[in-house]
Order: sequence, then structure tokens, then C-alpha cells
Amino acid sequence: MTTSRNSYAIELKDLRKSFGKTEIIRGANLAVAPGERVAIIGPNGAGKSTLFNLISGRFGPTSGEILLNGHRIDGKKPFEINRKGLARSFQISNIFGRLSVFENLRCGLLWSLGYRYAFWKFLADLRDANDRAEELMQMIKLESKHDTLAMNLTYAEQRALEIGITIAGGANVVLLDEPTAGMSKSETKRFIDLIRDVTVGKTLLTVEHDMGVVFGLADKIAVLVYGEVIAFDVPEAVRANPRVQEAYLGSVLAEQQAADAAV
Amino acid sequence: MNQTLHPKTAAPAPASAKYYEFKPYNVGRVVVWGGFALVLILAPLIFSGGLAHSMLSQMGIAIVACLSYNILLGQGGMLSFGHSVYTGLGAFVAVHGLNRIAGGMPIPVSLIPLVGGLAGVFFAVLLGFVTTRKSGTTFAMITLGIGELVHSMALMIPEFFGGEAGVSANRVVGQSVMGITFGPQIQVYYLLAIYAFICTAAMYAFTRTPLGRMLNAVRDNAERVEFIGYNTERVRYISFIIAGFFAGIAGGMYALNFEIATAEVVGAGQSGAYLLFTFLGGATFFFGPIIGAILMVVAFVLLSEFTKAWLLYLGLIFTFMVMYAPGGIASLIMMNLRVAKFGKLRLVWTSYLALAGTALIMLIGAAAMIEMVYHLQLATATEPTLKFLGVTLNATSLDSWFGAALVTLVGLGMFEATRRQFARQWGEIQAEIEKEIRRREAL
Repeated sequence: MTTSRNSYAIELKDLRKSFGKTEIIRGANLAVAPGERVAIIGPNGAGKSTLFNLISGRFGPTSGEILLNGHRIDGKKPFEINRKGLARSFQISNIFGRLSVFENLRCGLLWSLGYRYAFWKFLADLRDANDRAEELMQMIKLESKHDTLAMNLTYAEQRALEIGITIAGGANVVLLDEPTAGMSKSETKRFIDLIRDVTVGKTLLTVEHDMGVVFGLADKIAVLVYGEVIAFDVPEAVRANPRVQEAYLGSVLAEQQAADAAV
Repeated sequence: MNQTLHPKTAAPAPASAKYYEFKPYNVGRVVVWGGFALVLILAPLIFSGGLAHSMLSQMGIAIVACLSYNILLGQGGMLSFGHSVYTGLGAFVAVHGLNRIAGGMPIPVSLIPLVGGLAGVFFAVLLGFVTTRKSGTTFAMITLGIGELVHSMALMIPEFFGGEAGVSANRVVGQSVMGITFGPQIQVYYLLAIYAFICTAAMYAFTRTPLGRMLNAVRDNAERVEFIGYNTERVRYISFIIAGFFAGIAGGMYALNFEIATAEVVGAGQSGAYLLFTFLGGATFFFGPIIGAILMVVAFVLLSEFTKAWLLYLGLIFTFMVMYAPGGIASLIMMNLRVAKFGKLRLVWTSYLALAGTALIMLIGAAAMIEMVYHLQLATATEPTLKFLGVTLNATSLDSWFGAALVTLVGLGMFEATRRQFARQWGEIQAEIEKEIRRREAL
């Protein structure tokens, strides 16, 4: 990278975002090292989804900087940011309903393999794309649904496909917005294993409400309260942080510790 | 690219490699395309005569036009109200091209459709830059606006568009090659058939390319496409230019066939016809617009001969299809093929007969009333009676109206009863098929 001093995968510097007169993100700072798995937690309305939308380029920030591998990406378009190696999933499954599972995954990786807007090549001849799509399908365990239209999948399968499309392009920074939202306990457990498998070696940022997921998946936790990162540390330290306890985690953690004690 | 030179020898073939679409000696594909070519070759021999040849030529043109429209509507989810801009301007430029050939320009007449195609590309590059910035309703409104703009320009710039009379040309110009002058209609037909075949194949190939597939992705979920590296505006723009190219070829084919282009060919009516018949044929399947194109020519040439109320019938059919079969005729065919694949078609064919019979009764009654209304409006001063299917009706007498209404109501009642019974039966069959599919998956 050009700036050797700065080796963070994602860095936010005094990031701010207002909608009208309401400031949602109020000077957020965060620096995630390559390969780290970070869970972003916080009460409803803290700005977690907005933060993801800013990083992935859905909105431009009002002020501040976002750096991806040391390069400014704030204000760039989503597809430009994606081409620089950042991919994201969505809270509500955001898939291509009238295309098959295989086609969904293949669409997710065409750009990264350099096929761009080609209309002089047949998809069927693109061995690398087809092999990779098959591989991905096995990774997300949807091999048996090869030709099923995405809109006909079950909810959990759509969530898995959502992750599949997200990682298809081989981005090394992955943002997952509430990947397990709406899943049952047993589905969630399996799904966490899946996420861990498919994001090996990648930098992972995830928004999550389920504390079991958070402590099971993350190396570090960032606590976002009213548009500011009030704590960013390893799980044990965040648990013990009195400011976090006061702002958010008190009741949630009590539950969690009770559950741990039971195990 | 590296991988094609150095294939990963160690990597085992994926388990489901059999799913790959590419099969060089795909028998089904050869049969389908061979059959299509055969139909194009044999059609004018079976349907001989001036009217038939003229209609077949128009069908060839309409097939290219409707398929190019479906790149936008079916594959890209772009509801365009201004497709005639590209077919029409293609036709105008092609007619001027013919006149240039007459003036000594050394281009073979057989390449005139390509001249139209290049014009289509030119105008799609120019105008598509504006329209494809937006999607959905905004896109539709902009295409409508540009359509109106071009249509009004056609009357404002007579130097190019020829004013009310249009621009005419003569296709029997330049060098004849091996005695082919394109004077006789049959020679023009075969040239148009070759263009129709090549363009159909090329547009089908387009659906199998990376851009073609990303266009489907943009249709399904444009927002998501932005997050997998693609600029949706660019996907739409390039696809729009490709659609414009084929639309322009259709325009060039039109110019060659009719030897004239008037302001009508860039009008909203023509754009509406593309939309209506592409939808009627079925926008969700590649071959749907081909069916739509054939129906378009049949409706415009034959139906309009039969009855003055043909636009009304067309409107009724369109309304009926939108309500009961929004996937068009192609989707009806595909649904029945699925039923047939599971060996259950024999269960429903009696129901189809009953549906068709009762619908016919209803249609005869309704048509009698429609014809009487038209007769009253158009010819009542001279003669109150009219012939309808061999029966003399008196448009001013209560008896005729009562009889027609009775037939309509009886037909409607019987149709509705059959339809309900059929709907139940259809539901049962679909449930059985679903069960069968699940059973096979579990094996």
C-alpha cells in the first residue's frame, strides 16, 4: 500500500453524517487491522446501519474520512468501493429473485474476474467463473438448489445466498449487516459456523444483536452509542467497561453471563 | 486469463459440472434452430400468394423489432414507451441510404438493414445516454417524452423526414447480384428471413453473455448490482445501445420492404404496438416476442380487414391477458409443457376444449353486439341490418340485441363454471407436480 504507516483495513476518522438537521453519526473513529473480526453493537438507533451505508458508499458522509487499506473511499460510489475490495451484505435479503442460485453467485463474481460488460463471450465458456460459482455453492451448502430460483428459497437459504453473493467477488473486507436476523437458535448456530468458514483470512465487520453471536464470532467489539464509538476492544475488556455497561450492555450482559454460568 | 493457459490440473471437476450450459452438440438446440430456419425457408412455399408473402415479410421485420424491444422490457425491466424512435429513425436513414445507392453510392442493397442498424446505434448512443440514467417510472416517462419529441420533429424537419408524405425510395437499384434485383417480393422475403434468423440468433446469444446476465440482475435488483462491482447505469446504457442496433436493423428491413418511411413509423402508436405485442407474446421468455410479432402482423393486416372494430377486440384481448396470463402466451406454453413433462396433460385437455367452446360462445355474443354498435355508429343512415357470421342482424331491433345478449350471458355463465372447475383441477395438478419434484430431490 502507498502509505506504509497506515496498515489498517478500515479506518474511520471523525466521521459525521446528518440527515436534515439530525446528526446520526457524530464523529465516529475506528481503526480495524487486516484480518480482524469486529462486531459493532449498540442500542437501536445508534447508527449501526448508517455506518455500514457510509462505509459501503450507499450514502456519502457529511464530513470526515473513510479509508480502505489506506485509500480514501468516502464519497465514492458503491461499485467503485466494491472494486477496491470491500463487499457487504444486507439486513433484508437482497438477492436476484428471478435468477437461479448458481446465476446469483456467478453474477457476484463476474466483475472480480475481469469480465466487466462483455457481450462477446459466452458465460458457459468462462471456466473460472463457473468453477468458482460451483465452489461457492458448496461453501454455502446450496448445491442441491443449483437451479432453484432465488425467490423460491427458504428464508435461511436466502440468508446463506446473501452471504454467498457478498463473498463471491473475493473482497478482503466484508461487512455483514445482521446476518442472523430472523433466524431460529439452531439455524443461527449453524450459520455462524458458515460465516466463520467463508470469511477465513478476511477482515470482517458485522452488525449483530445476538450477544451469543457477537462473543462467539468477534475478535473485537466496537460499541456505537448515539453515533459515536464509545469503546473498541477485545470482548472481555468491553464487558468490563463501566461506560459500556451504563450505556448499553448492563441488562444484555447479565443475561449472557447467566447463560454462560448455566453452561 | 491465466487459467486458460495453465488449467489447474490438480483440481477435481466440481460434482455438479453436468449443469454447465455449454454442450457443443446439444441435440435440442440444433433441432430448435434448425426447425426455425426450416420454417423461415418453407413458409413462403406453403403460404403462397401476394398477401401471404407480404405478411411473412412483415413478420420477419416484427420479430426483430419485438425481440429488440424485449431486451429492454423482459431482460432489463425497462418499460420503454419510445422504441419506435429507433426502429423509425433506422427506417428513415435506410430509405435515404437506398436513395444514395440510386445516386451511385456503391453499397449493395442487401446491406441496407445494417445501415438502419448503425443509425439505431447512433441514436441510442445519443438519446440512451439520457434515458438510461434512470430506471422504473422515470425511465418510462423519459422514453415517452423523447418519443413525442422525435415524432414532432418528423413534421418539423421535412428536409429529412419528408413531411406528411414521408420519404420514398426504390429498392431495385444498384448492381444486381446473380440476378437478384430485390424486385419480386419473394426475393425481399428471403433477404429479410436471413436477417431475422441471424438477428434472433445474435439476440439469443446476447442473453448468454456476462452483460446479458447482469442486465437480468439489474432488472431483479438494481441496488444489489451496485455492490458487486457493476455500474447499473452502464449496464443499462450498453444494453440499450444493443437493443437500438437491432431495432435499427428492423427499421432498415422495413425500409427495404415498403420503400417508404413516414412520420408514423416514429410515432407513439408504433411504440405502443411493440409494447403490447411483446407483452402478449410473453416478455419473460426469449421466444415470447416472436409469437407476439406474428400476432401483431396478423392483427394489423387480417383482423383489420375483417372488422372495423379490430382495435377494440385487440384492447379486450390485451386486458384479458394482463388479468389472467400476465406472462403472455409464452408462459402459457411453458406451463403446459411442464404439465406435459410430468405426464399430466391428458388430465386437462378436455377442460381446455370446454374452456375454448364456452369462450367461443361468449365471444360470438359479445362480437355481435360490438358489430351492431359499430354498425349503428357508421352505417345506420343507409341500412339497419348487417351480416354477422351468416346471420342477418338488425341493429335497431330489440330481438337482435336480446338474442346477442342472451348468447353472451349463457357463454359467460358456462365459461365461469368451467373456469372454476379448471382452476381447481390445475391447482391439484400443480400440487402433485411439486410433490413429485420433492420426491425426486430426496432420492
